[in-house]
Amino acid sequence: MGSMTIGAKYKTTLKDPGTTGVLRMNEDKFTFTPHDPRSAMKLNVDFRSIKGHKFNKVDGSKPAPPLLNLSKDSDKGGGYMFEFDNVTNRDLSRDFVAKVLGKQQGTIPPKPNVPPENSVTSTGEEQLSAAEMQRRMKLLQEDSELQKLHMKFVLGNILQESEFWATRKNLLEDEANKGSKQRPGFKSAMLADVRPSADGRTNKVTFSLTTEIIHQIFAEKPAVHRAFLDFVPKKMSEKDFWTKYFRAEYLLRTKNTVAATAEAAEDEELAIFLKNDDILAKEARLKIKRVDPTLDMEADAGDDYIHLPDHGIIRDGSKETIDNDGELARRTLSQDLNRHAAVVLEGRSSDVELTDTKTVAEAIARSKKEPPSSSISDDTNHERLVKVARMTEIEDLQAPRSLPYAPLCIKDPREYFDSQQANALRSLGGNNDGRHARNCRLSTDDAFDHLLGQISSIKVNGLNYPVIQSDVALKKLMMKAAFEDHVDIQITCDWRVLNELNEGISRSRRLNLKNPQDSLLGQIPRRTRDELMDHWAAIQELLQHFWSSYPITTSVLYNKVQRIKDAMTQIYQKLQDIKESAQPDVRHEISQLVKPMTQALDAAFNHDLEQQQKSSKSGNKPNGF
Amino acid sequence: MGELKRALDARGHALLEMPTGTGKTAALISLITSYSLASPSRPLRLIYCTRTVHEMEKTLAELRLLFAHLPAAASRSLLALGLSSRKNLCVHPQASAAAARDSVDTACRRLTASWVRDRAASDPDSTPLCDFFESFDRAAAAGDLASYMPPGVYTLADLRALGRDRGICPYFLARQMVKYANVVVYSYQYLIDPKVASIVSREMQKECVVVFDEAHNIDNVCIEALSVSIRKQTLEGAERNLRRISQEIDRFKATDANRLRAEYNRLVDGLAQRGNLPISDAWLANPALPEDILKEAVPGNIRRAEHFLAVLRRLVRFLDGRLETENVENEMPVAFVASIHSQAGIDQKMLRFCYDRLHSLMLTLEITDTDEFMHIQTICDFATLIGTYTRGFSIIIEPYDERMPDIRDPVIQLSCHDASLAIQPVFERFQTVVITSGTLSPIDLYPRLLNFNPVISRSFTMSLTRDCICPMVLTRGSDQLPVSTKFDMRSDPGVVRNYGRLLLEMASAVPDGIVCFFVSYSYMDGIVNSWNEMGILQDIMQHKLVFIETPDVVETTLALDNYRKACDCGRGAIFFSVARGKVAEGIDFDRHYGRLVIMFGVPFQYTLSRILLARLEYLRETFQIKEGDFLTFDALRQAAQCVGRVIRSKADYGMMIFADKRYSRHDKRSKLPGWILSHLHDAHLNLSTDMALHIAREFLRRMAQPYDKTGSGGNKTLLTEEDLQNMAQDAMEM
Repeated sequence: MGSMTIGAKYKTTLKDPGTTGVLRMNEDKFTFTPHDPRSAMKLNVDFRSIKGHKFNKVDGSKPAPPLLNLSKDSDKGGGYMFEFDNVTNRDLSRDFVAKVLGKQQGTIPPKPNVPPENSVTSTGEEQLSAAEMQRRMKLLQEDSELQKLHMKFVLGNILQESEFWATRKNLLEDEANKGSKQRPGFKSAMLADVRPSADGRTNKVTFSLTTEIIHQIFAEKPAVHRAFLDFVPKKMSEKDFWTKYFRAEYLLRTKNTVAATAEAAEDEELAIFLKNDDILAKEARLKIKRVDPTLDMEADAGDDYIHLPDHGIIRDGSKETIDNDGELARRTLSQDLNRHAAVVLEGRSSDVELTDTKTVAEAIARSKKEPPSSSISDDTNHERLVKVARMTEIEDLQAPRSLPYAPLCIKDPREYFDSQQANALRSLGGNNDGRHARNCRLSTDDAFDHLLGQISSIKVNGLNYPVIQSDVALKKLMMKAAFEDHVDIQITCDWRVLNELNEGISRSRRLNLKNPQDSLLGQIPRRTRDELMDHWAAIQELLQHFWSSYPITTSVLYNKVQRIKDAMTQIYQKLQDIKESAQPDVRHEISQLVKPMTQALDAAFNHDLEQQQKSSKSGNKPNGF
Repeated sequence: MGELKRALDARGHALLEMPTGTGKTAALISLITSYSLASPSRPLRLIYCTRTVHEMEKTLAELRLLFAHLPAAASRSLLALGLSSRKNLCVHPQASAAAARDSVDTACRRLTASWVRDRAASDPDSTPLCDFFESFDRAAAAGDLASYMPPGVYTLADLRALGRDRGICPYFLARQMVKYANVVVYSYQYLIDPKVASIVSREMQKECVVVFDEAHNIDNVCIEALSVSIRKQTLEGAERNLRRISQEIDRFKATDANRLRAEYNRLVDGLAQRGNLPISDAWLANPALPEDILKEAVPGNIRRAEHFLAVLRRLVRFLDGRLETENVENEMPVAFVASIHSQAGIDQKMLRFCYDRLHSLMLTLEITDTDEFMHIQTICDFATLIGTYTRGFSIIIEPYDERMPDIRDPVIQLSCHDASLAIQPVFERFQTVVITSGTLSPIDLYPRLLNFNPVISRSFTMSLTRDCICPMVLTRGSDQLPVSTKFDMRSDPGVVRNYGRLLLEMASAVPDGIVCFFVSYSYMDGIVNSWNEMGILQDIMQHKLVFIETPDVVETTLALDNYRKACDCGRGAIFFSVARGKVAEGIDFDRHYGRLVIMFGVPFQYTLSRILLARLEYLRETFQIKEGDFLTFDALRQAAQCVGRVIRSKADYGMMIFADKRYSRHDKRSKLPGWILSHLHDAHLNLSTDMALHIAREFLRRMAQPYDKTGSGGNKTLLTEEDLQNMAQDAMEM
């Protein structure tokens, strides 16, 4: 984990102007040394005395300094407050502190987070570490859907706090592992490839630029970026610069080599845009040394004695001779594409507000100044070896390897999935036949197998995905409900429900596909829609708890099921109300939507009833209750 | 494995077609190593030839895994190493900084040539030497090279690291240790190309087992090894070289006339070469095959340096005159030699000795910057080849490239048509040569092309636990119009659009990596540009990042690296590549790096090429192979090679789409390898885009289920020892 040193101001109160100095942190303690040696504000504090940390939100609206508060005790307040120069520094140290604290809480003899389920009496209040608590709070704050559910069930005394979170362990872990936030990237679209628009009457073409586009141009073409820093505003105005740039681009686009050569000879600034990018070439030479040896074709070229100049066959039609002479670039679309994709993959290194070109240019320049890796040879050798080893092992004889991935952080799942759906539909145009078939193609056996797996995994791990409600997610939930039904069906042998569910889904899908913009939900009044969505989430949550408590073996579970059943009855009631109170023109749609929900609930009730009958028949309650 | 053992027992050659991704390499090396461990009378010597350097690295990594499983005593005594050029092995800080291979070679020679070292002995201050080479030389003289290289597996990176640590030159160390190593992994040309082979592989013994991996293109490598072409620039360069040589001769005459006289005397004695050259002086050797080189004295009229120089001048002038032609000319070597004799007064024997004589002269003149003299060497290679061979070659003079008739670019091409010429010495020298690849169908064609008799020739199929490959033939676009890259159809906007839609829809349905192969660079360029203008490319980029293979190796390598990164992080990417290109030759797109390969069109060779026509004619006359058959065979092996890179193991899965209506014809399709054909269902033979999409979705969902490693019933992925014994028993009972 190491240590960290950063400049900061120590403040005793919020209003205190603070003492400037240096904050050093390592795994055990942090120290603060003021710049002014006379100051008495020296600190040397053990992290063990720190119980938690807080920080303030900094946004553009009000000029608040970024603060970090290390509190001795979460309840009483009191602690150490530091002010930082900027948010990034603060976030860095915040993350560090969080890591240290998290580690310490890990080493403290762990208090049982979740009481064992078969303990005789359920402990209402569990002992939770501060970090755990904080994580939960954070999750709730970020996810309004989750908060709603939490309010409804935990505060409504239907589920216990521990029960509620037990199914969301994954979420909590994700949250703990996640870096501070999603790294913003570039758009996949090639913005830098600005197309001219002609007005058709004059011989003029117009290029339009935004800061986003400029940012991308700078990132993809370092030579243009360098030229911008050099020329603007000393030699020419920004407008002139871009006019020149696009003039060069236009020449390249029209493949007018003669004109390009002539213009480049006249105008040395313009020539810069037409020449090959030397910065890129330099970078490429550096990067090639770090490339995976199993695809290093450059090394291959170095070993090829057949293709000595003029040896081998040059003109047999399989190879095309490409003349690379001529200093003026023959920059091709493929080079642009490769470069663009590489930049998108690298991601945006700095997150600056894209306000004007100058700041953008400078921000990129700053981020580029990271020290270049000087000694690549030896440490990368090892890395390369690992890569080779990975390419040679035979996958089916090895334990699966999970690749590192960049987690997606989706603030509003509903919006995200809707937009994805719309994208997919737009690009696919009129072909929907395949989709419909896909939905219905699930054979019952497959479904059942899958379902059993799901249920067991729910029992073990808790639900994997957050509450997602959207057009797409709705389908997922329906399927899930259907699966849960399926268990029941196994018992009651009622296949009808599943079939109908499936049909209902595909019907509504088909409806949706006809007019993707205006989905099925879109026709329903907004208030009702939200209400329905909430109910879905609620039912989903309840059903999950309901099924996972079977078979009932303890009184705790028994009580839980009773509580859940009550809650479900209430929702059932509400659903009926919605259905009846709906406007006639949307009643059909609503009843279609409500039907799977009620069916899922019915299935649960039926199961419960049967269990009760069974147990009453056998004369004694399960396990003596 | 059984078949391979039979071949080893019979001490004969073998031809094995094994699907990619079945652990081909591992199976081969493990059997051969254990075979020789089991029979101590035949010490283990394995020469494993790969197509590319990156495959070499992969093979060495697999060897390392294998050695870890061998009994400790065995693995402690085995030495395996890879060998490459100076460019890839040099650790000298200045010499290795050069960008091109030739300049590294030259830089090295400047520091290590024997006369440079002699001069340094007398004048140590002004002559820089290479410390790495000096310590190698000391160790070689003391005979303790082996102590520098304990048994183990050495990849190129390991060799470099070793060289840096011990301060010894890895290139020369590897060159020397090749003689003692149990397993040598290097590139084809070190065995096939006589220019390189006679330096590097001269001392390999007959007992060696030679494996050519990924050998489907081996005939092309063979004919390229013996082909030379001369362009205007070559001749100009050669004239420059000659001027420089004559200056050098004058200088030597003035200062050190004895040297030239000594050379003359040596040549009179019939020694073209000065016996055993110091290792650092060795240069590219004679382009003709070893047994075709005359072992007699150099003809008297070119023994004197000035005379030889005059001969070369006449030859260059003659070639220059021939290059001035306005028409395409096609001649056999005999006729060409005759016209040289009549017009330039150079007879066949003199031509034949050109190479050796030049080599000797350059050593005498102590010329170190060999890369400068590449041009005159090309001329001499050309002369030696036409002087040596009368059959299997033809000389084609073209004033311009047919596809660009306005640009005058004359070229004299000496092209070899007979692949068996170059490989013949290999078959004769080594007792067991194994040729293997994923695509050797039709398997009876290779023995004819290479003119040898394998004792074993088998095509294996895959035993899979599930249908993890899904080949499809797509003949129509979503608008039901046929798609093809036939010449009259390929530029049709409808076809271009249909191909674009196919890719777009697949990009939206297939996770992770997609690889597309096109029939040629120019076609790829054209179609990508059209997609860009139609807006299809932009739509594709909504789903995945796009990377493209370019003629520039560095850029392509970086693009591939980025492609892998994009697949690793879950972003998903598409790689556009060219059949017959460098990527198609040796890069694997297994696992998530390639869930789908689309082959756009049938990669036929450019059929109007003169060289191809001449070769086809030769094949028909000599081996009775029909033109059409050969072209289809060649195109289909390329296509199969492209799509075959998608799968690596039983847990892996991938789809292959052959997007051209011509694939639906039986005569084309039947030339695909058996392991692909056996998975090609009849229902998948004539698909349109939407049907293919539907099949793809179903296939992907089926395959994405967790893979059951233990398997059920008879199709286990991993056999236990018990299973093996049971199988052996079953076999015995039968």
